[in-house]
Amino acid sequence: MFNRLRPVWLVAKRELRDQFRDWRVLLPMAILTLCFPFLMNEFAKETIEFLNQYGANLVLERLIPISIMIIGFFPITVSLVVALESFVGEKERGTIEPLLTAPFDDWQLYFGKLLVGAVTPLTASYISIGLYLFMISRQGLALPDGMVMLQLFLLTTAHAILMVSAAIVISVQSTSVKAANLLASFIVIPVAILMQGEAVLLFWGNETVLWLGILGVLIIALLLIRVGISHFEREYLLGREIDTLNFKWIVRTFWRNFKGGAVSLRDWYGRVLADSLRRARPALLLMFLIALTSAWASYEWIMVNVSDTIEKASPKDLATIEENIEELPDLASMRGHLDASFLFLNNTRSMVIIFLAGLTSFSVLGVLIYILNIALIGGVYALLELIGISPIPIFLAGVLPHGIFEIPALMIGSAVVLYIGAVLVTPQTGKSMGEVILEMLADWAKIFVGVVVPLLALAAVIEAYVTPALLLKVIGG
Amino acid sequence: MIETNDLSKQFHDFVAVEGVNLSVQSGQILALLGQNGAGKTTTVRMLTALLQPTRGTARVAGYDVAKNGHDVRASVGVLTEHHGLYMRMTAEEYMDFFGQVYNLPASLRKTRTENLLEYFGLAEAARRRIGEYSKGMRQKLALARAMIHEPGVLLLDEPTSAMDPESARLVRDEIARLKSAQRTILLCSHNLTEVELLADKIAIIYRGRILIQGTLDELKRDVLGHPEYVVRFSNPWDAGGLELPEGMEMLTKTPTSFKVRVEAPEESNPILMQRLASLSVPVVAFQEEMRTLEQVYLKVMAAVRGKDYVQ
Repeated sequence: MFNRLRPVWLVAKRELRDQFRDWRVLLPMAILTLCFPFLMNEFAKETIEFLNQYGANLVLERLIPISIMIIGFFPITVSLVVALESFVGEKERGTIEPLLTAPFDDWQLYFGKLLVGAVTPLTASYISIGLYLFMISRQGLALPDGMVMLQLFLLTTAHAILMVSAAIVISVQSTSVKAANLLASFIVIPVAILMQGEAVLLFWGNETVLWLGILGVLIIALLLIRVGISHFEREYLLGREIDTLNFKWIVRTFWRNFKGGAVSLRDWYGRVLADSLRRARPALLLMFLIALTSAWASYEWIMVNVSDTIEKASPKDLATIEENIEELPDLASMRGHLDASFLFLNNTRSMVIIFLAGLTSFSVLGVLIYILNIALIGGVYALLELIGISPIPIFLAGVLPHGIFEIPALMIGSAVVLYIGAVLVTPQTGKSMGEVILEMLADWAKIFVGVVVPLLALAAVIEAYVTPALLLKVIGG
Repeated sequence: MIETNDLSKQFHDFVAVEGVNLSVQSGQILALLGQNGAGKTTTVRMLTALLQPTRGTARVAGYDVAKNGHDVRASVGVLTEHHGLYMRMTAEEYMDFFGQVYNLPASLRKTRTENLLEYFGLAEAARRRIGEYSKGMRQKLALARAMIHEPGVLLLDEPTSAMDPESARLVRDEIARLKSAQRTILLCSHNLTEVELLADKIAIIYRGRILIQGTLDELKRDVLGHPEYVVRFSNPWDAGGLELPEGMEMLTKTPTSFKVRVEAPEESNPILMQRLASLSVPVVAFQEEMRTLEQVYLKVMAAVRGKDYVQ
């Protein structure tokens, strides 16, 4: 094992040495690492004085972890340049070829670069955080407790791994350092947005959700590493492509894959679309199993937790719940007001959101939204049971008629998203990452246009014009 | 050794290399000649397992380039088109890094680094940053790097370009030494004089295809025809009545010289000499016309482009 890892260290060590001889990398990193904690400390001092006027100590207590997270983040963004130019920089300087002709395996080269890309920002981050902690402790402010500190440490590490792994993917796929640096905003901006969410969680003080957040970031980071290795091609790194956006090629490649050489609509449905569905079949099976599991899990969760809550609820709380229920619109009044086009557009938009969320997170967020949708069915079923209404007739009348079209549409549409994520993290020999993405987009578009949209349209018509009537017959009204 | 069979590489619609068949044995040097963009670098990259062939096979040092890329890379020394030196490293550090890459023990790395740097005249600059080196020094260092692990197969792209004559001579001597040490060498070069001096076999590549290959003599014979000889006299003499031996053809005549093309010089030339002597022709010189690889190359390139070859 050591012999297999030795080349990784060798690649990293050489680059680290190179970095520590480059003042253009060192200087900004040192300035930011050492000066930013002082700035943040001054900000903290001012904030303390301000908040003390109002006795808002809780706000102060919650601000410190957020400050620590921000302090950890900034050195990472600056040091990201190291990871961003790891491959493309060597390509531009012409040093990549001797390295590629050396007896390294792809993963050894990749992890060597990843290691050096992660070590530098993390070291800078930890130094920065350490300095800040030292300064606030000198001011007599209470440091966050051990668990929060552990979470902050892991969160900073997860951010660094996420950003560096994304930067390495960009570095492998870019044709110039300039292009890689321009693409860096696609890393920094989403992570900055993610941090805003994490800041809310830190402020809220919900440790469990924060743990899930850390886990999610780490999963995405690992998937990015997997994507990077899967699409690492020595051949591509030696290419001489220039940074021009080839719209013609993009459109041509997409259309070729979408059309699949079909000569008629029948041929397209019978052969091209069927092929795409066949490829997504394992994902579809998995989505079916996920659906069963999540519906059952949400049913169980509601049955255990909600019944427990209802039992513990005071008469006043129960009265409030009843009032809220009464405020819900009357089903009879909705009859005739449900618009099929509204339902169709709403469901189609949900499918597009699942797709976009999946596309930006290697399926993870897309599948999560799918799980939430399916869990809702199990949850409602359990709730009906809890409030003493037999759920089976309600489901047969209110869900089944349009559900037999809508649920498969949701399942198929989400399965394609899962399939795309799986393909992205699987090696595709002889194809560039751009080609793979375009093929996947074409596959999604085929299934979306050919299957999902017609099913959703049918479901919307039934939901608007048939379901309310059936439901009224079952529950009366 | 290097063996390729129908080796081909296509990038999308562009055919970079098409059906290349090469064979280089241990102790042989094959020179690959061609214009820029003819497919030399792509061929070398396939032989170092950097590019996957789209068709055909290649074995280098006994390993299949498509299946055993790691072993191929461990067995070859490559001097690439771009030297790929790390400018912030010293020559000593650079050689040591690649010594480690090829898993050489520390003592051996040190010895080989010292020997190679000494041989290429870089010992004094061994602790200077490579960024401070001249172009020629960088070239020599890149070559030294390719030799640090004493590979059985060497793929050298323009090994003496940018070098002063003295350094170029040094490098040529080293290549000749490696050849006599039974190394297999593929040499890509535009320096045809160098190729004439070093290569056992020569292949000319054009738009990804090998147009012709063989020894220098074979190429001269196949491309330029049979050897030509010039006979010069001290006084004007009419060669019109001279009966030429079989397999000899008169090309040009002047009052003091004539030129003949000879199919089998070893048989025909002594007969001609005897005849001239018996006729008491005042011969002052009987010499073969100089025919260079450059002539061969230019004629091949002119033919492939459909132009007349102008000597």
